[in-house]
Amino acid sequence: MEFFFEVLIGGLLSGVMYALVALGFVLIYKASGVFNFAQGAMVYLAALSVAGCMEKGAPLWLAVILAFVIMTLFGIATERFVLRKLVNQPPIALFMATIGLAFFIEGLAPLVFGSEPRALDLGIVDEPIPYFLDQWNMVISKFDLVAAGVASVLVATLALFFQTTRVGRALRAVADDHQAALSIGIPLQHIWAIVWGVAGFVALVAGLMWGARNGVQFALTFTALKALPVLILGGFTSVPGAIVGGLIIGASEKLAEIYIPPVLAGWFGGNFGGIEGWFPYILALLFLLVRPEGLFGERHIDRV
Amino acid sequence: MTTPAVEHYLSINSIEVIYDHVILVLKGVSLNVPKGKIVALLGANGAGKSTTLKAISNLLRAERGDVTKGSVEYKGQRIDQLSPNELVRRGVIQVMEGRHCFGHLTIEENLLTGAYTQPLSRGQLKEKLEKVYHYFPRLKTRRSSQAGYTSGGEQQMCAIGRALMAQPEMILLDEPSMGLAPQIVEEVFEIVRDLNSREGISFLLAEQNTMVALKYADFGYILENGRVVMEGDAGELRSNEDVKEFYLGLSSAGRKSFRDIKHYRRRKRWLS
Repeated sequence: MEFFFEVLIGGLLSGVMYALVALGFVLIYKASGVFNFAQGAMVYLAALSVAGCMEKGAPLWLAVILAFVIMTLFGIATERFVLRKLVNQPPIALFMATIGLAFFIEGLAPLVFGSEPRALDLGIVDEPIPYFLDQWNMVISKFDLVAAGVASVLVATLALFFQTTRVGRALRAVADDHQAALSIGIPLQHIWAIVWGVAGFVALVAGLMWGARNGVQFALTFTALKALPVLILGGFTSVPGAIVGGLIIGASEKLAEIYIPPVLAGWFGGNFGGIEGWFPYILALLFLLVRPEGLFGERHIDRV
Repeated sequence: MTTPAVEHYLSINSIEVIYDHVILVLKGVSLNVPKGKIVALLGANGAGKSTTLKAISNLLRAERGDVTKGSVEYKGQRIDQLSPNELVRRGVIQVMEGRHCFGHLTIEENLLTGAYTQPLSRGQLKEKLEKVYHYFPRLKTRRSSQAGYTSGGEQQMCAIGRALMAQPEMILLDEPSMGLAPQIVEEVFEIVRDLNSREGISFLLAEQNTMVALKYADFGYILENGRVVMEGDAGELRSNEDVKEFYLGLSSAGRKSFRDIKHYRRRKRWLS
């Protein structure tokens, strides 16, 4: 039984890491109705900026601040040079633009900071917490727990921001109807710049966590793919949905990895490892059939 | 024109609007909205009513339209280059055709977004909300419902209420009667009249429902094919034989029967 819980908790904690990436998607989707394909690339850019600045001799805190500045500037530039030209274009045009943006970042970032993989040391050790090890005989990573704490704070802040502040309300209004928002005097440019700035900040947090865990390397851009099933489960428009979706995906993929292969091997014989890699996508697919808007997503309102 | 003593809030001077660089929609439209009056912009589908309103509120650009000639002035200052945000700050706001409420926001949140341009404290905001609820008691009962699930009339009220939150001096109201039951249309127009007389808000309203619009407006313009073909006091227009025949469906012989709907007795004398 301890083993089950160990797997479950480990899964939940890694799910939090997925949720961190998914959050960035949710933000931009909420405010502009666009699936931002470049979110993974932004995570990479953020992590690379931190690692790059540290390599040049900056201490961690300064590197993080510099990376934050870079991400904010990047967000503003994206609004200015890409989105502003595409107001009132169909969402697919904006989506294509974000694909272009992703390739642009993936090309530019290594050019500036170098492309070799490197480690990112946040000063949090990735080792089992003695308490759980002694009392429960479970291996729970300290790093994962810290990451979970950071993610919870981030989610709580963002949820409050969206629900209660003037700008948060305006963000949701813009997501609902660009033109109407424009007509009542909400300046779309500011709103989009803010959203991309915040999404950049979320990418920075995700980049720090993922970079510290897996090293800063090009593979970070693929974290975006892991966020996809999370989004489908949680709903593209819900901040809490991203976190719940992340938890479900994280826990289920780890449990599936442990408990399904023996069953399959019993039926068919042979080796069924690596389920973890594709299980979330199957889950997402099933979910799409049953509840396409996700657990917490906004239902499409149709009046009949 | 009207007597020179009247102060013109908004004046449009022979504007021309072209969509997509090729489609000429407005061919020199001029009109004035005096302070504190309700002016109706009438005409059939595609006459250019909405385009005129959007040319004023500068929402045209987002639809690839451009004002190529003429000027738009508000209180004597040109406003054709201002962004919608700046216009709202100056007191000119448009309520778009088809209402365009934020469907996923509650009615109250919809109203609050209307105050985005206003630097208000929490108390002032509450006060404003109460004022809007005073004019639209229906909205108060639906305050926490998602706007997308409310009725068409409630959405129209929500859209007007949302505009009110921005402290406007002039509201450009596009087709408020669209898709509403006649009784609700009257209700909405009664509120418009109330706002006009009690809050002193001027209205420029585009309407296809000529009968209702002329009942509530002070002054009217009739638009056809991107041109103003007739203008005058609302009472004058109501009794004009051409207007009766072509827009109110009445002729000197009384209400028209559907049998002779194709045969107008009169010729549109402005068509040469």
